[in-house]
Amino acid sequence: MADAPLVQLENVVKTYRMGDVEVHALRGVSMTIEHGEFTAIMGASGSGKSTLMNILGCLDRPSSGHYLLEGQEVSQLPVERLAEVRNRTIGFVFQSFNLLSRTSALENVELPLLYGGVGTSERHQRASESLERVGLADRADHHPNQMSGGQQQRVAIARALVTRPRVILADEPTGNLDSRTSVEVMALFQELGRAGITVVLVTHEQDISQYAARVVVMRDGKVLSDLRQAPRRAEPPAPEARTAVEEVVP
Amino acid sequence: MSWLQTLRVALRALTRNKMRSFLTTLGMVIGVSAVIAMVAIGDGAKARVEAAFAAMGSNMLIVLPGTSTAGGAMGGFGSNPTLTWDDLKAIQTEIPTVRAAAPQLRSNAQVMSEDQNWTTQVFGTTPEYFQIRTWPIAHGALFSQSDVDGGTKVAVIGQTVADKLYGANSNPVGQVIRVKNVPFVIAGVLAKKGQSQWGQDYDDIVIAPVSTFQQKIQGGLKNVIAGSIAVSATGPDATARAENQIRGLLRDRHRLQQGADDDFSIRNLSEIANAQQEGTRTLTTLLAAIAAVSLLVGGIGIMNIMLVSVTERTREIGLRMAVGAKPADIRLQFLVEALALAVMGGLIGVGLGLAGAWRLATSFGWEVLYRPDIILIAVGFSGLVGVVFGLYPAHKASRLDPIQALRFE
Repeated sequence: MADAPLVQLENVVKTYRMGDVEVHALRGVSMTIEHGEFTAIMGASGSGKSTLMNILGCLDRPSSGHYLLEGQEVSQLPVERLAEVRNRTIGFVFQSFNLLSRTSALENVELPLLYGGVGTSERHQRASESLERVGLADRADHHPNQMSGGQQQRVAIARALVTRPRVILADEPTGNLDSRTSVEVMALFQELGRAGITVVLVTHEQDISQYAARVVVMRDGKVLSDLRQAPRRAEPPAPEARTAVEEVVP
Repeated sequence: MSWLQTLRVALRALTRNKMRSFLTTLGMVIGVSAVIAMVAIGDGAKARVEAAFAAMGSNMLIVLPGTSTAGGAMGGFGSNPTLTWDDLKAIQTEIPTVRAAAPQLRSNAQVMSEDQNWTTQVFGTTPEYFQIRTWPIAHGALFSQSDVDGGTKVAVIGQTVADKLYGANSNPVGQVIRVKNVPFVIAGVLAKKGQSQWGQDYDDIVIAPVSTFQQKIQGGLKNVIAGSIAVSATGPDATARAENQIRGLLRDRHRLQQGADDDFSIRNLSEIANAQQEGTRTLTTLLAAIAAVSLLVGGIGIMNIMLVSVTERTREIGLRMAVGAKPADIRLQFLVEALALAVMGGLIGVGLGLAGAWRLATSFGWEVLYRPDIILIAVGFSGLVGVVFGLYPAHKASRLDPIQALRFE
């Protein structure tokens, strides 16, 4: 199914029950995301963007509608199969990094491979490569509490990349970072996009969405606008400045 | 995820909270060490009782003659000699559950060597007696049936008598011992047996052929046995049957009416031994049961801490699920953690239990018996406790919704 779009949503509805109240998180979302697209999903809180993200990430199943991931219907798969899909096809990046504490960067990156049944030597190899790709090869033995926020997020991105996923889903990845580090992380995403990796980013920051090639705005569980734009190029800071800062932050 | 990986992850999680893990296992440690110590000590006590009764004789019964009544004063067992030599012969030949039977005539007498004297008990009996008592010989030989038939003046003496008359570590075989001034040639010396449970010295004894005993030491009536009959049954299960058969035979031979009292009595020594063993066994079982309860308490402690751990690590569980862990992976991980806690506690408990049993046993002067099966059972049971009490927290962890878990603060 090489010709199928990466993501194809058809009239996806998600309704929660919270006590006696029915919450309509998604009221019929249809969209297509092609391979290699860098998409930002924007919206205020309560607009349904997080729900959409959870469904895209196979963490949740739609109440109705269809979700075709690489042409395969995944909306009604059992939890075990969804776990496999997450493991092989999707990489997650979270706002709060979600690294395992007191565990080295390398082992954090290895985690998805552990559940993918990858052997020890290949696991080390791929995790090292992945860390190298985000520029942290020299920090493989560091624990999260020995790293700056930007470094931690890059470890998390390395973890998302290590399974060679088709799509990386980033949920407010810059939410806990200062603006300078945010640009660094966005530069990394753009670099991945150029390498052909699809990135879907959820954010409520206008600045951040500028770096994406496509901006989908959500409101009240529906797509309000879906625009393609010329992305702003995230300039990585000068190498000197970068080292200077990182020497200050242990 | 492979088993080995799961175990590594579990051990890492446990070592992250060393103090907490240690305190959690403490319940299991106490439970298992108590079980091991109790069973080891109980077995040691049992072995001691068994050894004490083995020295008394194997599967042994003693038939005592009846009592005499003179003017309302009961004479005690043996005061009325009712057992005859023909009774003995009948017991030997007519009862299939009897392996051997021998007369046991007793007298206190002064014995002398050339330069020493000593007062001891002298027995008159037949060679079967040594077989019944399972008394082996240390030096020389036992006397034989021909000695009994011919009334030879030979004797077998106990170690205490040998020590008193001829000095320690002597070998007086072939020397002459005078019993009530009658010279006997020492045919053999019995191996040392020690004391009975009530302090009687089994080694303070001189044994002579019954015929010689009657002629030279203590005369008696021709047809009656002025003593008792020692009987050995064919096996440990046969003692009760042998007792009943002997009772029936003797009542028959003595022509006792139905309802009349026995004019003899039978003591079943193995029954006394069994009763003693039963007592120790009950005590051991009771103590082990109490120890098992503490294992249960230990299991609850593990469950408690695993539930805390699941709550604490909700975000970690959410992340693991997001990157591809299936519910079964999460369940297995927490189950292995609980299992590792319990088994570690079990192993420490085995070590402590063995050490404790050894200490107690040495202070009581008992022999400690280590039973590998009990060690295996204790460790296996602690593992089972870990699985049973780990199941609920593990299940709870595996049922978490990854979205909620990732949002958990």
